[in-house]
Amino acid sequence: MRPRPFRVIRVSRDARDVATMTLEPFDGHAADAFAPGQFNMLYAFGVGEVPISISGNPHESDRLVHTIRRVGLVTKALCGVQRGEAVGVRGPFGRGWPAPREMEHRDVVVVSGGIGLAPLRPVLYELLANRRQYGRVSLLYGTRTPEDILYRKELERWRGRFDVDVEVTVDRGDAGWRGHVGVVTTLIHRVPFDPATAIAMVCGPAVMMRFAATELIQTGLEAERIYISMERNMHCGIGLCGHCQYGPWFICKDGPVMRYDQIQARLDRREV
Amino acid sequence: MTPPSSPSPPVLVTRGDLPALFNALRAKGYQVLGPTVRDGAIAYETLASPDDLPVGWGDAQDAGTYRLVRRKDASLFGYAVGPQSWKQVVFPPRCRLWQATRKPSGTSFQIEPSDDAPPRYAVIGMRSCELHALAIQGRVFLEGPFRDPVYEARRRDLFIVSVQCGQAGGTCFCVSMKTGPSASSGFDLALTELCEPDRHVFLVEVGTARGGEILQAVPHRPATEQEREGARKLLERTARSMGRVMDTDGLKEALEGAADDPHWEAVAQRCLSCANCTMVCPTCFCSAMEDVTDLAGRQAQRMRAWDSCFTLSFSYLHGGSVRSSVTSRYRQWLTHKLAGWIEQFGTSGCVGCGRCITWCPAAIDLTAEVRALRAGASRQVASSNGGEEAAA
Amino acid sequence: MKTIETFLSEHPFFQGLDPAYIDLLAGCAANVRFDAGGHIFREGDESKAFYAIRQGKVAVEIFVPGSGPIVIQTLEAGEVLGWSWLVPPHRKQFDARALEVTVALKFDAACLRTKCEEDPKLGYELLKRFTQILGQRLQATRLQLLDVYNVSR
Repeated sequence: MRPRPFRVIRVSRDARDVATMTLEPFDGHAADAFAPGQFNMLYAFGVGEVPISISGNPHESDRLVHTIRRVGLVTKALCGVQRGEAVGVRGPFGRGWPAPREMEHRDVVVVSGGIGLAPLRPVLYELLANRRQYGRVSLLYGTRTPEDILYRKELERWRGRFDVDVEVTVDRGDAGWRGHVGVVTTLIHRVPFDPATAIAMVCGPAVMMRFAATELIQTGLEAERIYISMERNMHCGIGLCGHCQYGPWFICKDGPVMRYDQIQARLDRREV
Repeated sequence: MTPPSSPSPPVLVTRGDLPALFNALRAKGYQVLGPTVRDGAIAYETLASPDDLPVGWGDAQDAGTYRLVRRKDASLFGYAVGPQSWKQVVFPPRCRLWQATRKPSGTSFQIEPSDDAPPRYAVIGMRSCELHALAIQGRVFLEGPFRDPVYEARRRDLFIVSVQCGQAGGTCFCVSMKTGPSASSGFDLALTELCEPDRHVFLVEVGTARGGEILQAVPHRPATEQEREGARKLLERTARSMGRVMDTDGLKEALEGAADDPHWEAVAQRCLSCANCTMVCPTCFCSAMEDVTDLAGRQAQRMRAWDSCFTLSFSYLHGGSVRSSVTSRYRQWLTHKLAGWIEQFGTSGCVGCGRCITWCPAAIDLTAEVRALRAGASRQVASSNGGEEAAA
Repeated sequence: MKTIETFLSEHPFFQGLDPAYIDLLAGCAANVRFDAGGHIFREGDESKAFYAIRQGKVAVEIFVPGSGPIVIQTLEAGEVLGWSWLVPPHRKQFDARALEVTVALKFDAACLRTKCEEDPKLGYELLKRFTQILGQRLQATRLQLLDVYNVSR
């Protein structure tokens, strides 16, 4: 499988070391449709490839949106691309979040931490596009400081709606911050949802996901209705290079979204 | 040992007529690869004739030990397996996947596939364990949601002349893994060498139509019942003289339950995480993608090379490795090979060829480690059931 | 008309408490209101009370010279502010400031401490609840300390 060149049509530097880019194919054909939770392998010419979740609207398939955090050589190169330049794209790959019909008539709780909001944003688009199909929708978002808040304008817009609960918290406030301060797990008991039927989706740093899942279980939510997005080193993204294995699963094809009950035991184990 | 779907019954070919087989394969455009003596071991090379095979050579193998030994006869296949496996033919240690060139305008780039058409190979001397390994590894590369085009192209035209084993190696345990010592399918032609004082002949089984076609160019006659019985007895003797044994009953569950067994730590004390075992293993399939560019930044290539879960960087994530201890890496390899593989691909990943035992510089023997882990597991069950601790 | 007893029994912190104790505690409590921005207590103050927040949002802050007040936690309706009343030397460790109009039940510490000494069972019930809160706060604080969102190493 070879990367397809995509043109960067917009790029914004969000927080400190985060950039969000919008891509469209150079060759004029449509981008491939994707499901929320899937990822693309993004290629920086001559530097390398990394898996990045797709964070755009699944109903706008003519373009791709990716939010990238600068953590290494490749992501550094990707964060530095300018408008008009090319990025290679392979994908979409992986198993995404539960499909809309699995969430119908249920309360949906989305728990995100840091850059973990990026793979969950497409779910919000999906839910809001057909809002009547779902029960109560809550978005919980925690990040380091107010400066690190992603998609701020969008969050503020969603917060203004009457049919979505948006709660944002930071680990450390600043002089101007009047919102919550504390870990995102403390927000879980603040939003209304029926633990007997709700579906929860969690994405963020591994530690945060573990504790958020534990907190959700304590509300009475069953492990079968909690989904988390796992992450592992990836080279090929298509189940052939072996790097992303987590127990018997390949995170690139059996994940990245996994059901909590299947991985619960393994999550507590170290160095798996 | 007539395969049930064989197009024709087994025939007999003399040692003297064997070169005709090589010639017939070359005439059909195949490059003939097979075992030969090199660097004090038996390695796979291009062969011109049967004389290039390890004539009169055998091997002595044990944990961390490999020696060539001179045989008293002139057998062509009188040894077990060497450090190389046939995976290097279909899954090259290093290859280029594609190259990319920046467009003159500088913004976009164009990707060209690597168009090197793979050579057509005919391999001589693939043993039953290796045939199984080929099938097992083939599942990984061809039966997932994505197929590997490199593997596909090289496997498609591969002509296989396999060899039914006339002797078991010091570290062999194909019988335990139900992958040998004889094969009934997966080959184009299968040879059983009958090297006796008064004659040197080969029982040849035909596995495919194209195998039968090649055989037409080699002088042969139908094998007698006595000759077929002789071959059968030889294989039975091989099966009885395996160098190692591994109990695979409930092994998957035993290993899955042994994740916290202190024995992993004990093995890790000896393991150098040198990755030899993964290099010599015929089913290991992990690879690394490497992106390289020229100095001007105008041309880039993606290379694929063998990788190993034993390396520290294999599980690198966010500034550290998930599996940073050798303990976790050895556990990952063994559990994947003997348990995880079953869940992923439907069979064990191990064919009992013994290479990992022979070529481990620390002489770690996975059959012994499995035995230790099973003993540990049953000790745990016994004590949790409130029973007496089982004797070690 | 709602009484202090009603407010007490509605507040999650006092769930499961013997109605007799609810009445006892009501005797030490008052319904108080803070304007947005108003200080509830300051670091170093003698710990004279704890608060069961009924409405609003409170910031627990620490003043760092050079950086100003840093909010380390926010507490809202249903939560409890102040545990140092239980632990000598009964001094507040942090500042507390109302971020919005905040209504709370204020419990007189001295009054409560006396009642707990007289009736250890009441003391135990309160201690059980406060230990739970302290545990949660410790856990949350540790998670915040881990700085999980920061990846640069």
